[in-house]
Amino acid sequence: MSKRFMSIWFRHLLTDWHVRRQPGLQDMPFVLTTPVHGRMIITSASPAAEAQGIRTSMSLADAKAIVSSLQAFDDEPERGTQLLKALGEWCIRYTPVVGIDLPDGLILDVSGCTHLWGGERPYLKELITKLRAIGYDVRGAMADTIGTAWAVSRYGKITPIINNGEQADAIMRLPPAALRLEEDVLARLQKLGLYQIGSFMNMPGSVLRRRFGQQLLIRLGQALGYETEAIEPLHPIPPYEERLPCLEPIRTATGIEIALKVLLEQLCLRLQKEGKGLRTAILKGYRVDNRMVQTEIGTSRASHQPEHLFRLFELKIPTIEPALGIELFTLEASKVEDVASLQEALWIGNPGLKAPAVSELLDRLAGKIGEDSIRRYLPAEHYWPERSIKQATSLEEKPATVWRTDKPRPVQLLSKPEAIEVTAPIPDYPPMLFRYKGKLHEIRKADGPERIEREWWLDMDGGEHRDYYTVEDTEGQRYWLFRSGHYSGNQSQWFIHGFFA
Amino acid sequence: MFVFNQQSGMPAVKADIISQLQQDILRIQGFRSKLTDTIPDIDLGPVNTAFPNAIFPTGAVHEFLCAFREHAAATTGFVSVLAGNLMQRGGACIWISVARTLFPPSLKTFGIEPDRVIFIDLQRIKDALWALEEALKCPGIAAVIAEIPEISFTQSRRLQLVVEQSKVTGFILRTSARAASTTACVTRWKITSLPSELEDGMPGVGYPRWHVELLKVRNGRPGAWKMEWAEGKCVVIPGNATTAIIQEQQLKVG
Repeated sequence: MSKRFMSIWFRHLLTDWHVRRQPGLQDMPFVLTTPVHGRMIITSASPAAEAQGIRTSMSLADAKAIVSSLQAFDDEPERGTQLLKALGEWCIRYTPVVGIDLPDGLILDVSGCTHLWGGERPYLKELITKLRAIGYDVRGAMADTIGTAWAVSRYGKITPIINNGEQADAIMRLPPAALRLEEDVLARLQKLGLYQIGSFMNMPGSVLRRRFGQQLLIRLGQALGYETEAIEPLHPIPPYEERLPCLEPIRTATGIEIALKVLLEQLCLRLQKEGKGLRTAILKGYRVDNRMVQTEIGTSRASHQPEHLFRLFELKIPTIEPALGIELFTLEASKVEDVASLQEALWIGNPGLKAPAVSELLDRLAGKIGEDSIRRYLPAEHYWPERSIKQATSLEEKPATVWRTDKPRPVQLLSKPEAIEVTAPIPDYPPMLFRYKGKLHEIRKADGPERIEREWWLDMDGGEHRDYYTVEDTEGQRYWLFRSGHYSGNQSQWFIHGFFA
Repeated sequence: MFVFNQQSGMPAVKADIISQLQQDILRIQGFRSKLTDTIPDIDLGPVNTAFPNAIFPTGAVHEFLCAFREHAAATTGFVSVLAGNLMQRGGACIWISVARTLFPPSLKTFGIEPDRVIFIDLQRIKDALWALEEALKCPGIAAVIAEIPEISFTQSRRLQLVVEQSKVTGFILRTSARAASTTACVTRWKITSLPSELEDGMPGVGYPRWHVELLKVRNGRPGAWKMEWAEGKCVVIPGNATTAIIQEQQLKVG
């Protein structure tokens, strides 16, 4: 799923806050000032003051010359950050990932949240209306990237919601300032007559880098989605990690087991609460001699069962060398997935491969003997016997086609057909006798031939088609033989490929 | 008065207790009675009479002798039929082997969905035995099949104790059972091929036919049968195949 971000721009963050504190200031021209080199410089102006031509970074004296009734308040430098933090906390009701975008904005990661409000438009409307009702003059925009959302929220005129993948069209008509560029870059762009992002968006990267620096390319990439950009959430999602410092260095296997149990219980408790399960976990032991020992386990299905995970680690404990002792253990779940909860057994009967017991067993086996030796097969659409099966990649994978039963297939198939000597009477007839491993078999009954053509587009080494015969000897033992290529008298090559039940 | 009564009733009570205990032992060993059934039943027709309570013992370890490749093929077919019956309620099956030649698509013919079988291919017998024991410990599994060259009495005893707890059915295919040593398995079978027969002398190869020998069965009667796997059913073909086994048993005794 593609990410969706929302950018909120508080147009008059600080003055709105003053108005909320003192409702009498509504519609009054007032400014916030801070002393710089002995002069009072305006840091923000109320909408009424702005309407009369007062801008930020003007000196208060100049502003008072324009509007004589202008009121001035002292600006506190940390106020903006504090306000945004509080507003960000409030926004967590809309999405868990909220980041502050200084000096006057918020960035929300709204991926997968909007449907709860009935879609993106109602979501945006709800959030903006609520903020406006509180008293903040805000603009919002939603897009696939933070860059585009930021640009559209500040400069967009057409629609606040930019559909999936339409970033380029959205920012084409916007001024370069929408890319969050530095002043001197903006001035240079202005000087060269590049008033819109569209006029330089498609220029070669090397040209842009030489004239405007790497930053322009990064910002452009972030807006269009080529470059990744992360937000720093107000409430960071802590990694799934537990630590256990030891008073005395641990040197025995029993000690390690106890440490492991404590760590697993803490970690699993947290995973259970969040409905997650771990797929891989790493146990690290920091030794007294400044070395680190570690061991890793993997599960075939996300799990938060401490007993099961302990059993997996138990197999690995002998590989941990404590040497002089381990003083700190950390257990990290490096891969965490949602746990698929099973229905009660009453409704589904025997869950077969989905049973947790089965995946736990496979984890234990994989931990000791390696994952390569555990196999499951699915049918593949090939007639060539060796290619008619393929290995399944996971326990959940279902066969894409049916298992065919229309043609006889032996229960035992030799991985490589073995050459045999035969006596075959006439072309396209099954042999009368064959000798395999020194034993002569006299054929009584036979079926065939079933011709299987070579898949020349897959095997590069060449070879011939095979004519398979099912034969039964005097003792009732059944074999799968084939002749490679066409019949050519004594030159025909015969092979045994399998045994029927 | 009370004591006296109890003493007078003693013989009848004793017999009850003994038969009850016998039933308990059978149940523990994997033999079941008709009432306590949750596991799907394997109906082998007349073959079932060989087992105690006339029910195929699930929750036990069965042993199959197959020294030759051809025997192994026939045994695989028969075991697949048994495992297929156990898997009918949707359970999974684990197939452990050292040097496997089994071709999964063929299992479909014997009523097993090949994608519900998990194959564990190992090089060393020690690993295979460990995997077998672990798999038999797992109660969610319908059947565990192991192809291993040899198994000792101690090892088989371990497995039997495990299945008495977990009620999983195990099948061991001993692929190099030259010296058929004693094991703690509940039954010992030998399956060999028989010439197939088609009606009215039609050409071609018919349905697979096996000579099924039940060499040993604890608390039951060994026997031998001719069986045919036809159209999804394993049927016993009437004929006096039983004599051979009895002769063999007598030879061993003699």
